[in-house]
Amino acid sequence: MSEIIAFKPESLAQVHKIIARYPEGRQKSALLPVLHLAQKEFGGWLDVPVMDYVAELLSIQPIEVYEVATFYTMFNMKPVGKYVLEVCRTGPCMVCGSEKILNHIRTKLNIKDGETTEDGMFTLKPAECLGACGYAPMLQLGKFFHENLTIEKVDEILDLCRQGQVALD
Amino acid sequence: MSKKLLLKDAHIEGIRYFETYRKQGGYEAAEKALKMTPDEILEEVKTSGLRGRGGAGFPTGMKWSFLAKPEGVPRHLVVNADESEPGTFKDRYLMEFLPHLLIEGMLISSFCLGSNVSYIYIRGEYSWIPDILEEAIEEAKAAGFLGKNILGTGFDCEIYVQRGGGAYICGEETALLESLEGKRGNPRLKPPFPAVKGLWERPTVVNNVESIAAVVPIINITGAEFAKIGVGRSTGTKLISACGNINKPGVYEIDMTITVEEFIYSDEYCGGIPNGKKLKACIPGGSSVPIVPANLLLRTVNGEPRYMNYESLADGGFATGTMMGSGGFIVLDEDQCVVEHTMTLARFYNHESCGQCTPCREGTGWMYKILKKIENGQGKMEDIDLLWDIQRKIEGNTICPLGDAAAWPVAAAIRHFRDEFEWHIKNPELCLTQNYGLADYANPIPAVEKNA
Repeated sequence: MSEIIAFKPESLAQVHKIIARYPEGRQKSALLPVLHLAQKEFGGWLDVPVMDYVAELLSIQPIEVYEVATFYTMFNMKPVGKYVLEVCRTGPCMVCGSEKILNHIRTKLNIKDGETTEDGMFTLKPAECLGACGYAPMLQLGKFFHENLTIEKVDEILDLCRQGQVALD
Repeated sequence: MSKKLLLKDAHIEGIRYFETYRKQGGYEAAEKALKMTPDEILEEVKTSGLRGRGGAGFPTGMKWSFLAKPEGVPRHLVVNADESEPGTFKDRYLMEFLPHLLIEGMLISSFCLGSNVSYIYIRGEYSWIPDILEEAIEEAKAAGFLGKNILGTGFDCEIYVQRGGGAYICGEETALLESLEGKRGNPRLKPPFPAVKGLWERPTVVNNVESIAAVVPIINITGAEFAKIGVGRSTGTKLISACGNINKPGVYEIDMTITVEEFIYSDEYCGGIPNGKKLKACIPGGSSVPIVPANLLLRTVNGEPRYMNYESLADGGFATGTMMGSGGFIVLDEDQCVVEHTMTLARFYNHESCGQCTPCREGTGWMYKILKKIENGQGKMEDIDLLWDIQRKIEGNTICPLGDAAAWPVAAAIRHFRDEFEWHIKNPELCLTQNYGLADYANPIPAVEKNA
């Protein structure tokens, strides 16, 4: 029997609060915020049953959810590691050494871009501009930016992740 | 020293909280504005000469005056906080450290435009900032500056924060509206413009964070006083986010009367280039505006100093000038490779193209592939002309300006740095291990001797 997908009561209350921000009949506007909530609550990615559940909640067609979820880069369409390392590599970050940071992570974790480590701990995602140009190079981990990176700082972050001491939310 | 209007209190501890903001005179502009009529506020904004700070520089007051006002149809103000242009991080600074300045600006603007429900559309990756904004909104509400019957005026206003999902295209106003309606961020054909049919087909004004924040000092000091700051049509102050090869990256508020040279080298701003390196090039207005070599950046072709304002940066058109854009100021030193830099920007625009228009969808990918080939020492001389041809076919041929934004960096790089592209192609082995360097880029145009 398949697992029943449902938001926790507090998340469901949050969904209804979000829907109330828009005029009646415009609940589709809640799609992006609700997808963020769903991704957070259902394992860091959006499985088809999860997207179908979101469609049902918002009284829209599943295809309307799929086309949006696949358009925006923040939504993961396949399972990811516990820690998703999003390293910015555009323009100013490149000027300040983002490729060196990316190479270091690739080598250290033995993964390519978009891959997840075998232990399911880390996924590496190069990102195109995250708005931290003055504090480059940088990476995003969960909700937070880690800026002015050096190789040593990256090593420290990875170690702290392994110890479960890096806040994601 | 430049006059500070937006960041004057940014250094004060706790300024992000209502109590501290209020003690510094916060919400006095809102109190003043709510005693004015919407038309009087609009007149002040028009008089101020404020130009949209998101990049296009369109006069804000004029944009507001286009708003359709049909009877019985709600109108909306939507603040564009999508800020995804490489080099630009000024709105992040404003929202993170001065959220009440934005909320107060939104209250005044909403009152002027007749918007009872306004939205802040913020890029999804700024995921800690919505918490800051929502806290500020709650504080403002508790103090009676948002919600029902604000300050007994009968005006109601709610502000909501909406997180995007990570798409640069959503900084384009119609794509932003599509996204806010829960759709893919595909830009709409214009007309109709958002001022007539915007969010949910209702009349809507979409403005950048900095533009709306600037409404507060405009009301505080009057539009006429705001217009006296700066020069020409570059009135008021402008936030510049400086990054790249500079000693002091960060967000600076300038009054648009300083020279580019002063901005780069003075200790008050960027503090010069690290390790005594020489300036090679600069993109002064975010990645989409044309890159200019040092020789054309510091002085115009007439030998006059180039100033940090809309007109001076654009002096000479794209042949010798550039644009103020969003104020994302990216400095490149002598060690930077223009081909590599252009390639990363092409990759960015290819990644961020929404895929709706063929010239943009196909052209950006094609440009990226060619640039990658040249950067990797596999280019052919005819690739340069092909790149030029592709960017020409993208520019002006798409629904939204992303096509232009993708074409201009490539065009400017070829226009000014063709020698460097040729060197890459002629020296495939060398270009993998070393950079072209400075060549003549750093030899500034001689200054004009002015008679006293």
